[in-house]
Amino acid sequence: MIKFLFLGILRDKSRSLLPIIIVSVGVFLTVVLIGWMNGIFGDIIDINANFTTGHVKVMTRSYADNENQLPNDLALMDVKNLTDTLRNEHPEMTWVQRIRFGGLIDVPDSKGDTRSQGQAIGTALDLFHPESGEVERMNIRKALLKGTIPVKPGEALISDEFATRYHVAVGDSFTYFGTTMNGSMAFKTFIVSGTVRFGTSIMDRGAMIIDLTDARIALDMDDAAGEILGFLPENVYDEKQAEVVETAFNAKHSNPNDEFSPEMFRLSQLNSMGQYIAIVNNMSFIMVFVFVLGMAVVLWNTGLLGGLRRYNEYGLRLALGEEKKHIYRSSLMEAVLIGFLGSFLGTVLGLIVVYTLQYHPLDISSMTGKVTMLMPQTYRAIVSPSLFYIGYLPGLAAMVLGSALAGRAIYKRKTAELFKELEV
Amino acid sequence: MRNVKSIVFSCFMAMATVVYAQDAKTIFAKVDQNMASKNRIFESTMIVHGKRASRTMTARSYSVGEQKSFTEYLSPVREQGTKMLKVGNQLWIYSPSTDRTILISGQMLRQSVMGSDLSYEDMMEDSKLTDKYQAENTGTEVIDGRKCYVLVLTAVTTDVNYFKRKSWIDTERFVPLKEELYAKSGQLLKCTTLSGVKQVQGRWFPTIIMYKDMLKAGDGTEFRMTSILFDQVIPDYIFSKAALKK
Repeated sequence: MIKFLFLGILRDKSRSLLPIIIVSVGVFLTVVLIGWMNGIFGDIIDINANFTTGHVKVMTRSYADNENQLPNDLALMDVKNLTDTLRNEHPEMTWVQRIRFGGLIDVPDSKGDTRSQGQAIGTALDLFHPESGEVERMNIRKALLKGTIPVKPGEALISDEFATRYHVAVGDSFTYFGTTMNGSMAFKTFIVSGTVRFGTSIMDRGAMIIDLTDARIALDMDDAAGEILGFLPENVYDEKQAEVVETAFNAKHSNPNDEFSPEMFRLSQLNSMGQYIAIVNNMSFIMVFVFVLGMAVVLWNTGLLGGLRRYNEYGLRLALGEEKKHIYRSSLMEAVLIGFLGSFLGTVLGLIVVYTLQYHPLDISSMTGKVTMLMPQTYRAIVSPSLFYIGYLPGLAAMVLGSALAGRAIYKRKTAELFKELEV
Repeated sequence: MRNVKSIVFSCFMAMATVVYAQDAKTIFAKVDQNMASKNRIFESTMIVHGKRASRTMTARSYSVGEQKSFTEYLSPVREQGTKMLKVGNQLWIYSPSTDRTILISGQMLRQSVMGSDLSYEDMMEDSKLTDKYQAENTGTEVIDGRKCYVLVLTAVTTDVNYFKRKSWIDTERFVPLKEELYAKSGQLLKCTTLSGVKQVQGRWFPTIIMYKDMLKAGDGTEFRMTSILFDQVIPDYIFSKAALKK
């Protein structure tokens, strides 16, 4: 039966070509858009996790309330013990300390007076211990444009944009001026070891990256850190897993009555990332649903047109004694085959485009000049396992739904009028 | 007849307004006699009451009028030798640990000085408020048992840090005992209370000032003048950038 229908579809292109094209186009668009959205949202989540939020983040309650102000006076104390505790309780995760700070980068002239200066957002991370994985996590090697990654205390990376604007070269010195954890003035002179461009505008405007040991000296933060970031195994964010870790930590270590007690937050609770994750989770479903509906309407019309065109054929088959039920069922089977063929074609074409966009992303850096949130400067798609089957759902469902609606006309035919209709 | 009454009433109101305006001006002039001087040298202790702990710093300052001032921090060890020089509307800070002199400008002027409730802008403010504010005497109130004039100052220029100020001036000693600083929106930004009023070289002077940044956590910053001398001979080089590195 299937072979018979399949041969019919192949031989009579007039009844299969248009539906296959429609299904292919719909499936192609579904696959490309889902692949692209997964790529964009995945990048946004990864960038935020690696740069600021981690998959979970521990801060003091007060620090969390004023996080945008980088309030190091409210930072975590006794962080060595706290980090050891986290490593013992969740050995499968990676835990790193970070200090974020604001201040001025002051570039001296030959007399030591201010030649130029600009606002800087600094990040201190463990650069000197490769096992921390921070260099890879922050993608520093790839971001490095000139010079080298700091290898000894007193060296710093600054954003290439800042270096260009203020004429600072690798090997030049500058003074960081800010506020210590205790509110005193912080001064520390660094040598520029290299310049970086991350491709995220907020980091590229005034970034300064130093090792934790330097930050602790400059900001008077011995055994203190603003944040402890935790990363789940394989560096893949899993909301449920993060929630388990967060709930367990807060129940055991956080005291709601002490503003300096540590509190853990998961990625979805920070930087409005919850909305992004909800969008990511819902977007595929919404897109598939919209495409099923849209294509079903189009295919319904196609089916109606096909039904009109095959009016005589159905009439003849009924006149020869074929049951209406059988004709209806065979047209649905035909729809399944056409849907499958169209979906296969659309999926293959879609995957080719997604694969191309994965390695040749669209550069949107010229459009994100003043954007202050952490977002990628290129939009890329990503080939994920779901893309290999997700297109079949709208492809098959829409085709079958369209044929089912159009095929109802078969039941309206009256056998008594068939010969008259067929002008026999 | 009604018109004549109306004119008389209007004239009376206009005269009353002038009298009040003159009052505010006279009050300020008397405050200036106490607070302003050709120059001054003072040592101070600043106690910053933070959320976690309090910090105490001592400093020696020299100032000439409102345009020049020089401060050297004497303690604690971390701050020792840090110097600040203000000349006109420019502010430099010298850090002995880096041997660098840094010009403070732009957004940094709004940052807190040494974690206190004072910003660099507050420190640099020219106290000749009469040029930039329109003053109004709104009556009297009692502060710490002292009867005070309550003056409300509203900015008439845009280059001010605070749009509105409310000052309580001691009616007998003519020293400010309290000041509230407001944003244009009406939000109270800072509150200052002055106490420890003493007679120094024939003038009344508050020696304890409590600053509270209302937008900042903590219990404020206490500024105590441990010694003060008016109208001394201060060499000019003190107010040069070269003096910062000495």
